Amino acid sequence: MLMETTSATVQSSANATGPKILAKDVNVFYGEKQALKEINVDIPDRGVMAFIGPSGCGKSTFLRCINRMNDTIAACRVTGKITIDSEDIYDPSLDPVLLRARVGMVFQKPNPFPKSIYENVAYGPRIHGLAANKSELDEIVAKSLERAGLWKEVRDRLNDPGTGLSGGQQQRLCIARAVAVGPEVILMDEPCSALDPIATAKVEELIDELKRNYCIVIVTHSMQQAARVSQRTAFFHLGILVEEGETNEIFTNPQDQRTQDYITGRFG
Amino acid sequence: MAITANPGRADRTAIIRKGIGRRYAAERRFRFFGIAAIGFALAFLLFLFGSILSNGYTAFVQTSFQLDVNLDKEVIDPTGTQRAQDIRNADYTLLARRALAARLGVDTSNRPAMREIGGLLSRDVDITIRRLVQADPSIIGTTVPVWVLAHGQVDSLMKGQVDRTLTASQRRISDQQLGWLDKADAEGFLSKRFNTGLFTYGASSSPETSGIGVAIIGSLFMMMIVVILAVPLGVAAAVYLEEFAPKNLFTDTIEVNINNLAAVPSIVFGLLGLAIFINMAGLPRSASIVGGLVLTLMTLPTIIIATRAALKAVPPSIREAAYGVGASKIQTITHHVLPLAVPGILTGTIVGLAQALGETAPLLMIGMVAFVVEYPTTPLDPATALPVQIFMWATSAERGFVERTSGAALILVFVLVCMNLLAVILRRRFERRW
Repeated sequence: MLMETTSATVQSSANATGPKILAKDVNVFYGEKQALKEINVDIPDRGVMAFIGPSGCGKSTFLRCINRMNDTIAACRVTGKITIDSEDIYDPSLDPVLLRARVGMVFQKPNPFPKSIYENVAYGPRIHGLAANKSELDEIVAKSLERAGLWKEVRDRLNDPGTGLSGGQQQRLCIARAVAVGPEVILMDEPCSALDPIATAKVEELIDELKRNYCIVIVTHSMQQAARVSQRTAFFHLGILVEEGETNEIFTNPQDQRTQDYITGRFG
Repeated sequence: MAITANPGRADRTAIIRKGIGRRYAAERRFRFFGIAAIGFALAFLLFLFGSILSNGYTAFVQTSFQLDVNLDKEVIDPTGTQRAQDIRNADYTLLARRALAARLGVDTSNRPAMREIGGLLSRDVDITIRRLVQADPSIIGTTVPVWVLAHGQVDSLMKGQVDRTLTASQRRISDQQLGWLDKADAEGFLSKRFNTGLFTYGASSSPETSGIGVAIIGSLFMMMIVVILAVPLGVAAAVYLEEFAPKNLFTDTIEVNINNLAAVPSIVFGLLGLAIFINMAGLPRSASIVGGLVLTLMTLPTIIIATRAALKAVPPSIREAAYGVGASKIQTITHHVLPLAVPGILTGTIVGLAQALGETAPLLMIGMVAFVVEYPTTPLDPATALPVQIFMWATSAERGFVERTSGAALILVFVLVCMNLLAVILRRRFERRW
């Protein structure tokens, strides 16, 4: 029931807008070892794309290619082409700092800065010079916290340390921090793996809300989560993108035997 | 099935139980050795502190006479013009001797007795009185009460460091002097007072007027130079090596060499300083600027290693978070990584400074083992350092220097303990959890 409605929305949005992110023949090497082989995938705007697969299959590596987070790893080498709005993000003239302002990221473990809640959210806009004055910054912080569904819980204690919040709240603070910069894409690397089921439900609700305005790519180990939040799903295995399609298709009628085995719990 | 399994389980339990006794015995043995090791270490520490305390605590008091000195106009200012030269060159020792003789009821015209009287007073007693007069020449001709230092031998005798039951030929204090001292002690104008001179005097051949004043200033100058040079250089080098430098053979070599540098004997740094700063750069010998530069070289590896360890300890998740919102590398480092590394850097720096403060060998090489009486006013002036002062006193024979050696060691240890405490407090204060 739920799946049918979500797939209906994605079809309409996919028709309305073309693919936001386009990956063509992407290979990633860590030194000698090849981590990803010939990845080709389109990611639509205003929707949730889930990457699933067993540990070490390369799904997080691919996610980190999209905001060039892999640049910070010295031994990592990426070939092929990834575009966002038909702009090559590995073009040498493109500044990775600019790219990361457009592509926000939420990590596996909530990682707020050891500063106040306000400072956590205000940091991005401040370094990018997005607010002309204090009141504009206040507004951005309030709006971002509201979008992350955290405003009501923290509006009276914005100066408390962000690390004092509960795990789920911290993760939503991290989402607010990403949203504050005004990105077009939000990458989420197993955002709920360190959270309890109630906090997970809240974050999933939030993802459902955010997909109206952002292109969201989420890596998850939980197939139920992929089924709940995403409209399209890609299955990775041993560095290969095995199968990609609409989420309910992948889960109900996988074309590949490996996908079938993974989603029925035979390995991984 | 269950019946065959049960005896097997009982056997297994018996085997395990037999082993358990041995395992617990091993644990008990280990604990015993651990406690024994700590006990040994503590015993040695107690012995060390006990010996410097028992030898050194007397250095903090000094025997003095309270005398009513008649500032005789005939002696100080015979012309009555108060010329600065007259006041400077007057025979104040004579005035002090007369005052003491008067107090003891000795005839001032008895020259041998007056010599004996003079032997009770510090050789530098004239300085104390001259300063009084120079500060206010209007007191010439009046009688003023003054505390003057007793001779080092008197001080040692009063502190019980010299055996007064020895025959007179075996001690430096004659029987007559001993009688006077007992009289002075009984009448209450001879007493042991807190020894401020220990902290203010410079070098002297008489123990009663030697102190660590010059050494404190020299050490302070050197610590200032080390802080100004070694901290920014060390932190910058560590940040570059840890965060920016490419990992290749060249940087690996640098890293290995920095670690080796931390283990180089300090006397080698002294030789290096002698060759480079004094012979090549032509900086003055015995100056605290050279000492500070040498100690900077010595402290750099410590600070670099501590800073790199502190930077490494910052969780990668914080870097990722900063990169994730689009911070550049330098922003990530200055806004997030360095502030989190500050407690580690501070601790390393203070430990490095404490090491530098206690360092003696390289300072001997650059001539800081010197007899410096005047306070150094700039780092270019000759000075000594606290540990060097201890070293110099340790080689002097008089009893007064023995107690000063231990007393100065106590002061040095006290300062070092304070610095380490500060490191602990700063660490606690700045440490943030994530």
